[in-house]
Amino acid sequence: MAKLTADTNYQEMKDAVLKGGQDKYHEKNKEQGKLFVRERLELLFDEGLMSEDGTFANVLAGDLPADGVVTGIGKIHGRTVCVMANDSTVKAGSWGKRTVEKIIRIQETAEKLGVPLFYLVDSAGARITDQLEMFPGRRGAGRIFYNQVKLSGRIPQICLLFGPSAAGGAYIPAFCDVVVMVEGNASMYLGSPRMAEMVIGEKVDLETMGGAKMHCSISGCGDVLAKTEEEAIAYARQYISYFPDNFKNKPDLEEPKLPASFEKSIEEIIPANQNAAFNMYELINRIIDEGSFCEVKKLFAAEIITGFARIKGQSVGIIANQPRVKGGVLFHDSADKAAKFISLCDAFHIPLIFLADVPGFMIGTQVEKMGIIRHGAKMIFAMSEATVPKITVIVRKAYGAGLYAMAGPAFEPDVCIALTGAQIAVMGPEAAVNAVYANKIAALPKEEQAAFIEQQREEYRKEIDVYRLASELIIDDVIEPNELRRTLELRLDAYKTKKLTFTERKHGVSPV
Amino acid sequence: MTIVKASMAGTVWKVLVSEGEQVAADQDVVILESMKMEIPIAAEEAGTVKRIIIAEGDFINVDDDLMEIE
Repeated sequence: MAKLTADTNYQEMKDAVLKGGQDKYHEKNKEQGKLFVRERLELLFDEGLMSEDGTFANVLAGDLPADGVVTGIGKIHGRTVCVMANDSTVKAGSWGKRTVEKIIRIQETAEKLGVPLFYLVDSAGARITDQLEMFPGRRGAGRIFYNQVKLSGRIPQICLLFGPSAAGGAYIPAFCDVVVMVEGNASMYLGSPRMAEMVIGEKVDLETMGGAKMHCSISGCGDVLAKTEEEAIAYARQYISYFPDNFKNKPDLEEPKLPASFEKSIEEIIPANQNAAFNMYELINRIIDEGSFCEVKKLFAAEIITGFARIKGQSVGIIANQPRVKGGVLFHDSADKAAKFISLCDAFHIPLIFLADVPGFMIGTQVEKMGIIRHGAKMIFAMSEATVPKITVIVRKAYGAGLYAMAGPAFEPDVCIALTGAQIAVMGPEAAVNAVYANKIAALPKEEQAAFIEQQREEYRKEIDVYRLASELIIDDVIEPNELRRTLELRLDAYKTKKLTFTERKHGVSPV
Repeated sequence: MTIVKASMAGTVWKVLVSEGEQVAADQDVVILESMKMEIPIAAEEAGTVKRIIIAEGDFINVDDDLMEIE
């Protein structure tokens, strides 16, 4: 950017600002497969940025166009949304005093308008030279995070991570509802690899320490791994369609679609053997409107599936155990993943559908050390507090605290439905017979043991039979698997007017 | 070379391939038994099974090496 003065004419000045940083930084961006910030906004919005504020921020500095961040308003699917987008061609997208002020102002605008806020992050962090002006004060960077927390659950906050989000800046994604990361370019970390080597002596590369793939599959800080920026933006446009503008509204209905058609029916894909694995995605695809699945955290804790979908045009959140991965057993990470997803859906009036096929929570030393009880409690806490319509479907089995975590009857689902053949119990027949008769089995002659065990298992199976449970009013209905889609359509329609306050208090004490 | 690792703690129930065999990506190579469930473990990449490290009946912990694929 040429040195500008107050005398430079308007058009020259504006053109220079809209061009962003120096050519060499644009070239570097291109080499990395990155788009220029204004190109990203063209893709994100239906018809580009409609209004922009602070375009001339720090204009007289000469080399800091828009002070490295674009803020404004645009439309997605005809709906108004606010945006802040770092410009990585301007001092690597770093934050100065006006950068921070612009971000705070767009947050305030989004709150006033009650519309979603998108954070397009690509920033090296604070400008150390400006720290006194942008770091510690009332309207310093801390205020950005404070505002994010305040906006959380009021309006959707979506983060698209195109480059680094370093140190304090890494908290922008952390406080968003969802984080989409572009593979190879996006990263989150508190201290860079260089700093890690200096301070703690660790030698590590950026990708291993804080890369997109790591965060989307191991730490859980990322929700969606995109191959390209275009893919990330397309995901964000789809994601927001499941949400209302703010917590006072409900999501829009879309044109209803039938589920995709498949050769095998639901009945045919669920194995009769409770212990055998099957692919839960196959069931999900048979009950949702064709092509409507929008998954969150696909690569993280894949033993539980969380995602948005539509049923007869209505936005729903699906929480489903995946027997194909780790037997569908709940782990600390799966509980943590489900807890956040449930709380996100509940905040924005998105009904929840639980598809339970769960052998329970994992046991053993390793998971106890990871605090599985604490994480499990978090999931049960979020699920209990959720007051949106909750529909629980026992697909095959729900054992132990797995039944509780998957919105079992005691947790006030609007309905708990079992498919024929489903089992609900403290534990499965194999484990139960062992637990109850271990001594007796040991005392029997070897040749009699197998017959005795089988007889007891059979007795036990009768005890946990689905009609026994229906007869005792433990479950509300038993349906044939192939009726599931139709049942969900009718139930969702029936519960539309549900209005509930969980309880009265300042706030609960979440077992985080 | 890639190492197929255990996704969770459990007992090796079935080894589905033998050394020298060709496997495709995402092909199940071992089934663990854990929490009374069958836990299929798939090869991440296609290749030849070079060495099977575990045997049926072994107790294995999460992240233990199961086999090498080249």
